[in-house]
Amino acid sequence: MTRVTAAPEATDPGAAVTRGADARRVTGRGRSGKRRQRLEIVLFVTPALALMATFVAYPVYSAARMSFYDWKGFGPMVDSVGLQNYVRVLGDEVFTDAVMHNFIIVFASIAVQLPLGLALALLLNRRIRARGLLRTIIFVPYVLAEVIAGVVWFQLLQPRTGVLEKMLSSVGIPVPEQGFLGTPDLALATVFVVLTWKYLGLAVLLFLAGLQGVPDELYEAAQLDGASWWQVQRRIAVPLIAPTIRVWIFLSMIGSLQLFDMVWILTGGGPANATTTMATYLVSMGTQRSNFGIAGAASVVLFLIGFAMAVAYQALVLRRDTKADA
Amino acid sequence: MRRSGRAALSVLCSSAVLLTATACGGSEDTSASGGGGDDNTITWWHNSNNEPGRGYYEQVAADFEDANPGVEVEVVAMAHEDMVDRLAAAFQSGDVPDVYMERGGGELADHVEAGLVRDLTQEADETIEKLGGSVSGWQVDGQTYALPFSLGVVGFWYNTALFEQAGITEPPATMEELYTAIDKLKAAGIVPISVGAGDKWPAAHYWYYTALRACGQDVLEDAVTSLDFTDECFVQAGETLEELLATEPFNPGFLTTPAQEGASSASGLLATDQVAMELAGHWEPGVMQGLTDDGAGLGENTGWFAFPEIEGGEGDPEAQLGGGDAWAVSTDAPDASVDLVNYLLSDEVQTGFAENDMGLPTNPAATDAVSDPALAQLLEVRDAAPYIQLYFDTAFGASIGGAMNDAIALMFADQATAQDVVDATVQAADMEK
Repeated sequence: MTRVTAAPEATDPGAAVTRGADARRVTGRGRSGKRRQRLEIVLFVTPALALMATFVAYPVYSAARMSFYDWKGFGPMVDSVGLQNYVRVLGDEVFTDAVMHNFIIVFASIAVQLPLGLALALLLNRRIRARGLLRTIIFVPYVLAEVIAGVVWFQLLQPRTGVLEKMLSSVGIPVPEQGFLGTPDLALATVFVVLTWKYLGLAVLLFLAGLQGVPDELYEAAQLDGASWWQVQRRIAVPLIAPTIRVWIFLSMIGSLQLFDMVWILTGGGPANATTTMATYLVSMGTQRSNFGIAGAASVVLFLIGFAMAVAYQALVLRRDTKADA
Repeated sequence: MRRSGRAALSVLCSSAVLLTATACGGSEDTSASGGGGDDNTITWWHNSNNEPGRGYYEQVAADFEDANPGVEVEVVAMAHEDMVDRLAAAFQSGDVPDVYMERGGGELADHVEAGLVRDLTQEADETIEKLGGSVSGWQVDGQTYALPFSLGVVGFWYNTALFEQAGITEPPATMEELYTAIDKLKAAGIVPISVGAGDKWPAAHYWYYTALRACGQDVLEDAVTSLDFTDECFVQAGETLEELLATEPFNPGFLTTPAQEGASSASGLLATDQVAMELAGHWEPGVMQGLTDDGAGLGENTGWFAFPEIEGGEGDPEAQLGGGDAWAVSTDAPDASVDLVNYLLSDEVQTGFAENDMGLPTNPAATDAVSDPALAQLLEVRDAAPYIQLYFDTAFGASIGGAMNDAIALMFADQATAQDVVDATVQAADMEK
């Protein structure tokens, strides 16, 4: 599937070069020039295509093929079961819950991180004291390795011995008996808080970069017209960085669908499957339980969901941005 | 044009990320080429990655080379988790090391079925006879495919000082006594038990034990082969566990507590006097030593008692849950590999193994060489047991065992009943049939 999309994508720029150069050189050396250009294209495109084929197309093909077999991870893959693995995956409550958890994270990220990130970006775009320091502080979590951040949060969130619990109880906020990660009803929300802490920096950074691109003249003109700071932000800054916001939403959506590392470290998908995601489901089914066929089917479902959402978002939302400039 | 190109590219890239994240490896290549290369080189993977074990095995390999001129042993020592991962990859590619570790049960049966393991029944008959009943976990259809070199049992490790502080004089021998001990510890402000339910298998060990105490040996043996769980005792096992769970004996946050990693793990809590006991295997003293600054673990406060008896249970209270590691030879390994495995189980090597406290030796000649008092006590318990039940998840294989462990972990979270655990296991077993 990817291969089909990959090929035109990779050759397109090359084709454009050929056409342009053709026009210029048609009166020149003719035939030998054309051949040389073909050679160049092959030379430049082949390594990328080979990498795509080896590390993208082949693994996808392999996972898709696996999904039609009952396979334990060794020996020949011969026990074909048709669509049975898909029936099992889609009928497994743990997996459907996992899909729901993924979508909760997708929508919660947009609902919480977008306004928060935007507010911080607008704030940090003003000339305030220690702006550089504040920007760094907000961006640092994003730079931290996911695993290290996860382990640190895991320790902070430990019941009784964790720092966070001591801080909260010292100001009189009640803490759950089993800790924030050990209580099924709170675990997903807790993971989301940690994810927000981790990824807010990226949103702020992108929005700040977008704000740099807003011409100063517009602010000046608005100020001359007597617009308040709020009006300037609402009518000028935010609309002008809308394309950046839409790209951030896209990135956030894809990231939330693939969510794995932070969940794996904080809860391993527990307690009582309260935080499983599609990715943790397929890892525990595949490498831990040796049901590679079921894991393969789950990965194909994850791919299809991700792909459908990416394409839909592209067609419905990002299209505006791309059209305007074409 | 420019921007649309970039946007399309971003879709492509993100789907590429998705793809690589979802495709979880695996090749159907079955050409087993053998790990060693030529016939005179034996590759041997083991997980004794720390001293003194690592150095000891180097010496063993050198001695074997001296006694067998022309044979070379390539020893690869790695951390346990690394070894498990690399073995899984090796089985996928078919390029398996010549001598490696098998945990027995369903996993071994699958490897045998795939033609990856060499039958040692004839070539190692003397060693097999010497090891006696210990090899039963590594037999498939009456044939022996691996030789266990360490076999341990699971029980409660406890902090004798904390028990004393709570006024408990005798370690509990029945479930009722265990409940009393839990009450006393709670009254003294001590968390009674830690369990790494986040890793699932430590929680599952409780169910395994209640099943072992509730079910007769014949019922269990039958269940392992026929995957029949209709006997009432399996539900009774779950009900006993529910009783225990109702006393709320576990450390706060136990549902996400890991088994052995770090000070906040179940083993870490026991090692640092935060809880009074933990159900774990023979590895526990070693794990606790690694988790304490002074390297002593619980030191002289280390105590051990067997899982208590269940009133009215069919199971023998002396029977223990356990498991171990065995040396196996891959199908295409050079013949000298079998000699190496026989040598590894010899009186001489097993005695050295015991002297270095590397595990619980299976060769009776090495029994007296175990110096660690806690391990020596375990060895006595193990050898006095009428039978050792292999961990159910190992015995059933990863697929059924995993489904079983998941259901038991749900029970710990109060989201599955005794019947649910049996049903989930039966359902996973039906898929295998």
